[in-house]
Amino acid sequence: MENFIIPMIIAATPLLLAAIGELVTERSGVLNLGIEGMMLMGAVVAFAVANATGSTPLAILAGAGAGAAMALIFSVIALSLLANQPATGLALTIFGIGASGLIGQGFVGIALEPLSKLSIPYLSDSTALGRILLSHDAMVYLALALAAGVAWFLYSARGGLALRAVGDNHESAHALGYNVVAIRYLATLFGGACAGLGGAYLSVVDTPMWGENMTAGRGWIALALVVFATWRPGRLVAGAYLFAAVSILPFYAQAVDTFLCGRAPLLCFGDSEDKLLTLLPSQFLAMAPYLATILALVIISRDVNLTKANAPACIGRPFRAER
Amino acid sequence: MIVLEPRPQPSRALALLSPVIAIGLTLLAGGILMALMGKPPLEALRIYFFQPFGELWMWATLPEGEREMWLYIPSEVIVKAIPLALIGAGLAVCFRANVWNIGAAGQYTMGAVIGGWFALSAPADASGLLLAPYLAAGVLGGMAWAAIPAFLRVRFNANEILVSLMLTYVAGYILDWLVRGPFKDPAGFGFPQSEDFQDAFIMPVLVEGTRLHLGVVLAIVIAVALWVMMGRTMKGFEVRVIGAAPRAGAFAGFSRNRTIWFVLLLSGGLAGLAGAIEVSATVQQLQPQISAEYGFVAIIVAFLGRLNPLGALLGAVILAISYIGGENAQILLKLPKAVTGVFQGMLLFFLLGCDTLIRYRIRVMRPARG
Repeated sequence: MENFIIPMIIAATPLLLAAIGELVTERSGVLNLGIEGMMLMGAVVAFAVANATGSTPLAILAGAGAGAAMALIFSVIALSLLANQPATGLALTIFGIGASGLIGQGFVGIALEPLSKLSIPYLSDSTALGRILLSHDAMVYLALALAAGVAWFLYSARGGLALRAVGDNHESAHALGYNVVAIRYLATLFGGACAGLGGAYLSVVDTPMWGENMTAGRGWIALALVVFATWRPGRLVAGAYLFAAVSILPFYAQAVDTFLCGRAPLLCFGDSEDKLLTLLPSQFLAMAPYLATILALVIISRDVNLTKANAPACIGRPFRAER
Repeated sequence: MIVLEPRPQPSRALALLSPVIAIGLTLLAGGILMALMGKPPLEALRIYFFQPFGELWMWATLPEGEREMWLYIPSEVIVKAIPLALIGAGLAVCFRANVWNIGAAGQYTMGAVIGGWFALSAPADASGLLLAPYLAAGVLGGMAWAAIPAFLRVRFNANEILVSLMLTYVAGYILDWLVRGPFKDPAGFGFPQSEDFQDAFIMPVLVEGTRLHLGVVLAIVIAVALWVMMGRTMKGFEVRVIGAAPRAGAFAGFSRNRTIWFVLLLSGGLAGLAGAIEVSATVQQLQPQISAEYGFVAIIVAFLGRLNPLGALLGAVILAISYIGGENAQILLKLPKAVTGVFQGMLLFFLLGCDTLIRYRIRVMRPARG
């Protein structure tokens, strides 16, 4: 079991980072579809910095900066120039795929040193629970801390109240004296920095390699996660771990079969009646996270009350101060 | 302080001028990018954007025998523009209804898959008349794939942006599985590819010595038909009203759900047609890579064409030029392929930014003293 849970935690971390950022952005009433592009830019810039300086913290910081810079482009076009938000987000993704490929062309095939893991004598390695909870790199904990911080900010801090007000009714928030556009800029930049962190995690910590388009749709899955979590940070953490479990399933088809077929032989068949997932072509297993995303969207969206309760009412709507 | 002031009426002139300004700004930013990369900027831009039809003016001065050669590159631009125009025209209608089908790449792939299935299962020496049902199979493949987000949106309120996009990845894996499994050519030396299509399923070439094929006629006819539909028919009016003011549309008796179905099936069917045409005209078999990224680039085409099906034709030619130019630049300047994506992304940025000027004018105001 722990051989499955530890990779699941690793796979969940970039999703969680990108999604928690987008959650904040969307709560302010901005729909940024460019997560995939921001993640890729974060990934390639972080890799470049890690490759040049050898410093992982610096690299991860640079990744966050690159994501925020991308979000700034989005903000100028969508928030200041009032362009259509879905289209601007798509432009950000197209641009990010191209620009990251351009920057990363010299990095293909280079591998970095993996990041050191947390190691507390005795606690981190003697028991399964210790290995599951206490044997990860710093980013795993940072992502969880970030989610906790966002939850606190949204529901307990004054700034969070302002952010939600802007997202739910920008006219009223403006009338109350909040600077709607400035708050949305900040929320969007935060989202970009988080997406950049998620990308940096992929290229510097998880694989440590750069590959063109290496996010493989994770940015889009992060967007779906926000809907799945009905814009609530707690559910977002659970969702990220759930999606990560589905996404690493293909690598554990053999293990899942051994586990399942030992307990429920009726389900299984094949040569020695011990096959279920391994009977499927690998492509079908690789589809799993995308199909799971669709399924999750359907389950959540069919209940209008569930989505309407937390969805920011002004999402995607441009705002221009009249006075 | 700079503020945006709404115009009483959206400017029609700027709606047409905005793409021109955006292209100009893209060239400027592209030149700066080239200079930063240590390439000669003007030379690079010439190769990218002007060479693809640059030598056209020399055509008339050439002796009889060599004229075809100069037609080749412009004809390649048109060949690239065909799938972009077909998908872009469909997306223009779809976006007008405020329905965001961004999974055209998946619908394109499924068009190629279902069309390919039809072509590969036809008996040997198939009649050339089977080209029409082949293309229809492609349309059905794309429509079926777009029906999924339509159904999930209408029935369960699931976001069509995310569903259609996720299905793009699924379609890619289906194609990958087919060409490595059921459709794999037994005589293909183990390569992941299907058998070559029979001649009956190859798009007929229109101009000897080029690859310009029948698809160009289809693309133009369809764009004109959609333009007429949008501007002159009740259906087009319904699509525009639902997109601009869904509540007003509801009072007029238009159904939002029916419009969602209509525009998704339309844009999906056209993307599927583009997929079937493209594999038939260029690679003439199924492979894991069939240029499905056209489905994304066609989004830029639709916006560049002002969400007008006829405009999409022009937008497709401009994006096709950037593709052919990118291929030239790869060879002549050793520039990576990714530069094309950077140019395309910048073009959409500038276009969306410039479009602000259609509805607003920029005013420089002195800060008021109070």
